[in-house]
Amino acid sequence: MTDTLPDNGGYVAAAYIVFFALVLIYLAIMAVKLARIERELSELNELAAGQQTDKTAAPEPTEPRA
Amino acid sequence: MLHGSRLRLYSLLTVVFLVGGFALAAFWAPMDADQGFMQKIFYVHVPMAITALIGFVAGGWFAIQYLRKGDSRDDLRSYVAIHIAVVLGVGVLLTGALWAKASWGRWFVWDEPTLTSFLIVFLLYCTYTPLRFSIPEPERQARYAAVFAVIGGAFVPLNFLAVRLAEPLIHPRTLNSTGSLPTEVRTSFFLSLIGMILLFITLCKYEMASKNATAQMRALRRKLGGDDGGVAKRTAAPTVDVP
Repeated sequence: MTDTLPDNGGYVAAAYIVFFALVLIYLAIMAVKLARIERELSELNELAAGQQTDKTAAPEPTEPRA
Repeated sequence: MLHGSRLRLYSLLTVVFLVGGFALAAFWAPMDADQGFMQKIFYVHVPMAITALIGFVAGGWFAIQYLRKGDSRDDLRSYVAIHIAVVLGVGVLLTGALWAKASWGRWFVWDEPTLTSFLIVFLLYCTYTPLRFSIPEPERQARYAAVFAVIGGAFVPLNFLAVRLAEPLIHPRTLNSTGSLPTEVRTSFFLSLIGMILLFITLCKYEMASKNATAQMRALRRKLGGDDGGVAKRTAAPTVDVP
């Protein structure tokens, strides 16, 4: 086996690099989307926690006396 | 429920088949007598082209399901299948151009039916997302997109047949000759093809899981009374119904 690529080896390497680059770009986009979902989820958690606190802090409504 | 069920299994199978197929192509399959080393592009270019065309047809099939049943999940499946097939189509054109340059000395041959027909199909599907984006109402958007996907999906096999019947210029007809290929070449090719189809399915599942999670998040935000971003943003992506 030689250390150099055969004739036109650059084109073959470029074709496989194109394929893996496409997959990597797609995965990077998915990672960005996942990060956004995680951020929104933590916001929702905070919102839910805030509503829980409000419910416990609010006084019980009392029936008006006749 | 998330659409990402069995994602780990699909991801693992994709890596095994693709790496296995490419490794066999590199180290086991013999050099082509005519083209030599550059024929190795065959194992990435042809499976990608076949998978892209399958993706376009699958998009049409799910669009038919949407028109029959009116289930928004079928619209999402159709959208995602076409979306991923277009991404693979970009890969087909780029790897094809590299192979053409290495083999014929030109990046593209305009009078070759196989090349130009694929380019036409690809450009046709490039208009799918702008079409969706141009229609603001989700239901009308889904219906129009489904009609487009059905017509486009029917055009793909007709186009394929027309190319088969046409006089080939320089591009070989792959599926006519797989029977006569040596076992090493055939095995490596079919492993790469299975890997590419698995990659398509896995990416579709990831995309659908992401879209579904976003829709569920919006529904939850509405339930909690949070700000849903005010006026709904216009989007080409389908709206998923969340209970």
